Amino acid sequence: MKSLGNTRRSFAPWTDPDATPFITFRNVTKTFGDFTAVDNLTLDIYHREFFALLGASGCGKSTLLRMLAGFEKPTSGEIILDGQNIAGIPPYRRPVNMMFQSYALFPHMTVESNIGFGLRQDGMPKSQIAERVAQMLKLVKLEQFAKRKPHQLSGGQRQRVALARSLAKRPKVLLLDEPLGALDKKLREETQFELMDLQQELGLTFVVVTHDQEEAMTMADRIAVMSHGEVIQVATPAEIYEAPNSRFVADFIGDVNILEGKVTASGNGRVELAGADGLTIRAASGEIPANGVSTGFAIRPEKLRVDRAAPADPGVNAVEGEVWDIGYLGDMTVFHIRLANGKVLKASMLNARREVEDPIVYDEKVWVSFDETAGVVLRD
Amino acid sequence: MRNLGSALFSRLVIIVPYVWLLFFFLVPFFIVFRISLSTMAIAQPPYVPVFGFADGLSGFIGKLGELHFDNFLWLTEDALYINAYLSSLWIAGVSTILALLIGYPVAYGMAKAPRALRPTLLMLVILPFWTSFLIRVYAWIAILKPEGLLNQFLMGIGVINDPLIIINTNWALYIGIVYSYLPFMVLPIYSTLEKLDHSLIEAAQDLGAPPVSAFWKITFPLSVPGVVAGCMLVFIPAVGEFVIPDLLGGSQTLMIGKTLWNEFNANRDWPVSAAVATILLLILVVPIVFFQNAQAKAEEKGR
Amino acid sequence: MNNTWSRFNIVSVVLGFAFLYLPILLLVIFSFNESKLVTVWAGFSTKWYVSLFHNQGLIDAAWVTIRVALLAASVATVLGTMAALALVRYTRFRGRLLFSGMVYAPLVMPEVITGLSLLLLFVAIGFDRGFWTVTLAHITFSMCFVTVVVQSRLLSFDRSIEEAAMDLGATPVRTFFQVTLPIIAPAVLSGWMLALTLSLDDLVIASFTSGPGATTLPMKIYSQVRLGVTPEINAACTILIGLVAIGVLVASILTKRRAVQQERDERAAFAAG
Repeated sequence: MKSLGNTRRSFAPWTDPDATPFITFRNVTKTFGDFTAVDNLTLDIYHREFFALLGASGCGKSTLLRMLAGFEKPTSGEIILDGQNIAGIPPYRRPVNMMFQSYALFPHMTVESNIGFGLRQDGMPKSQIAERVAQMLKLVKLEQFAKRKPHQLSGGQRQRVALARSLAKRPKVLLLDEPLGALDKKLREETQFELMDLQQELGLTFVVVTHDQEEAMTMADRIAVMSHGEVIQVATPAEIYEAPNSRFVADFIGDVNILEGKVTASGNGRVELAGADGLTIRAASGEIPANGVSTGFAIRPEKLRVDRAAPADPGVNAVEGEVWDIGYLGDMTVFHIRLANGKVLKASMLNARREVEDPIVYDEKVWVSFDETAGVVLRD
Repeated sequence: MRNLGSALFSRLVIIVPYVWLLFFFLVPFFIVFRISLSTMAIAQPPYVPVFGFADGLSGFIGKLGELHFDNFLWLTEDALYINAYLSSLWIAGVSTILALLIGYPVAYGMAKAPRALRPTLLMLVILPFWTSFLIRVYAWIAILKPEGLLNQFLMGIGVINDPLIIINTNWALYIGIVYSYLPFMVLPIYSTLEKLDHSLIEAAQDLGAPPVSAFWKITFPLSVPGVVAGCMLVFIPAVGEFVIPDLLGGSQTLMIGKTLWNEFNANRDWPVSAAVATILLLILVVPIVFFQNAQAKAEEKGR
Repeated sequence: MNNTWSRFNIVSVVLGFAFLYLPILLLVIFSFNESKLVTVWAGFSTKWYVSLFHNQGLIDAAWVTIRVALLAASVATVLGTMAALALVRYTRFRGRLLFSGMVYAPLVMPEVITGLSLLLLFVAIGFDRGFWTVTLAHITFSMCFVTVVVQSRLLSFDRSIEEAAMDLGATPVRTFFQVTLPIIAPAVLSGWMLALTLSLDDLVIASFTSGPGATTLPMKIYSQVRLGVTPEINAACTILIGLVAIGVLVASILTKRRAVQQERDERAAFAAG
């Protein structure tokens, strides 16, 4: 099997059946009154992994993080950290630290006393605290801000103080709740890479909660896509994007076209679908449902080709349509192609050249084509 | 050990103020009620206890038959008390309406003041709270007296020829109550008006409502919670007011707080004053519960 | 809300404030009156202030009042802060409804009822009336005001700051003393000041619950006022008003300066950002 995208590094303990997970949620349920925030969830996270919990607000991702930090107790099930069931341990005795969405810096303390707060709670000698605080300030490049109060810092600086404070105690796991949510776009992109470098350097396990798929894709080794208190798919960013296991994941991550169809032939890792949209889809990736099953086929806009002529190779999937809308985004152009039955497909083409002779325009008849491995057959 | 400390801390935070209020706030009401059912005696304390703490439960039941509702009957038979209750409600009601009529435009004007000026105005409304209530009432005596400053001023500019008799009338009470409680009316109204999104009024005007009708259709309805809170804060304490009727109202005015005080201090009839207090409390229970619900709702919202 | 400040608005604000301040202003002016009559101006004099300082009864009463107020306000602040924490932090405990009822009811309870009921309590348990009974009574009615002030601060408190402290290893008790209390300190302080003023000001409850040797200043003023308006009382009132005005002015200048400093810092941080 070909690789789906490039992985950042050859780090994949989850593929090793003998590897012991560092954190395990086993059949964890959390209810608030009638509301089930986390529903019988089982999940493994490995040592030194950068793990992202991704989902819309209210999907249970924050509750999961707060259970790991100790602010919520699971209604049932167990949470195991480094071989120990931590369900009954209060937050102030857990070897995990959290970086809060609001940063939660202590407004009445200077930057250095904020960073040293956790060390003082442990009764560490003063000289050692000073040393560790200095080390942390250097790590986040805030040496000259040690004596400032939080309100004298910019948003980005506050974020780094919060990070330094949560790392000062050298926790086994660092929990990050929407760590970049309060930063503007440009700073956010820079900080994403800083966080990744830091995690590599310190060799810590990071669990990050985010609703921003780009953030999750950029930083995480693996992503758990959550919805209504359940994990829908746990996989690497590339797998999540290129091989979503369900309509929900396909739709949630990035832009996607979903074509409906009924399986007319299947076997040998190949599926043929009679599309409801007037085309026959031959697919060689994704699920392999039995004959006669109605299912969906997901294909990303950039995997579609738009041409005036029909493809020469009859083995290529192709359908004719009409250009309905064109959106020029600079680096690429998005086409909305309307098929005969009214369905609109999104296709995006990279603008590799500055000048194009005779570009495709509105209302033109065009052919949309794609290879048999370009999309995936969905489970349902 | 540290866990135990934490649990103890959270228990303590609830239990200490709870027990304090039970003992110094709730228990006294039961004592008031108990004494209101006993008979007067010329002794110290000047009443015959109906049931003591020593009797226990059997004593309590045994003495139930000896309860005296005479004090309450006495209150219903003597027109003085009924009139005092009615006139308290009336005076408090009129004062509340007057305070609303004066307080609303002030609060509205404050809410529309330039943003930089508002904190100062707010402080100026709160400032009188910090000066003594007694002093503020006292200040009016010199103004309202027949030979007082108001009459001197009015006769000086020729508006009137004979001094107005204001002090020792209900008008003096209205002025005193409105004056003393005006900040209580202004503050809640101001805080609802200040939060009001001005684009709502712009939207109303954009849709064709002239300013006056925009005020009555948008601004006023949205400020009703503040108006209700303000009215409660003026009305409830005004009903039981003692200092204002005593200093400004003279011997003619009838207010229940003053009647209670006199019954207690001058006549030394503790059982009857306890009965007066019990009934006053019953009259105020409805607005107090109303006020508490509003408070609880605000508390829920703030959460 | 914002729009033009219309003439109607300005007039109503000016008249409202005139109504609030004119009586006090007149009282202050006539405390410097030469004449014994408080309604006829007969020239400037400070003789009433001099005679005030020779009035031992008033000075004794003032001393009692200050001691009661300092003690009552301090205890009320501790109890009121505890009650506020209980109401905000522990949303479910047995009898919470009764508890919140007991906290809010004294805010609107007529003073005659509170005073009478506390007096009857002290008589029933055989507690001699005096300094301590007034103090206990003042603690009880002023703690509820402290609760309301502290409660509103706690409601706008970012809970994640406390969670961060616990996450970093601070037990709930330490979290409270190292993080929560320093942050809510301004609200606790203004609660204390409110309780102090309420206690200094109270006439009715003190009259019911006080006994021989514990006459407070309002009680003393009240008994003299009943005999007639005198410039000496005006002078006493002016001193009280002056003290309050200075206190409020200093407090507001301090908070204003801090707010300005904070704003400047924030702007600087933003620019540096």
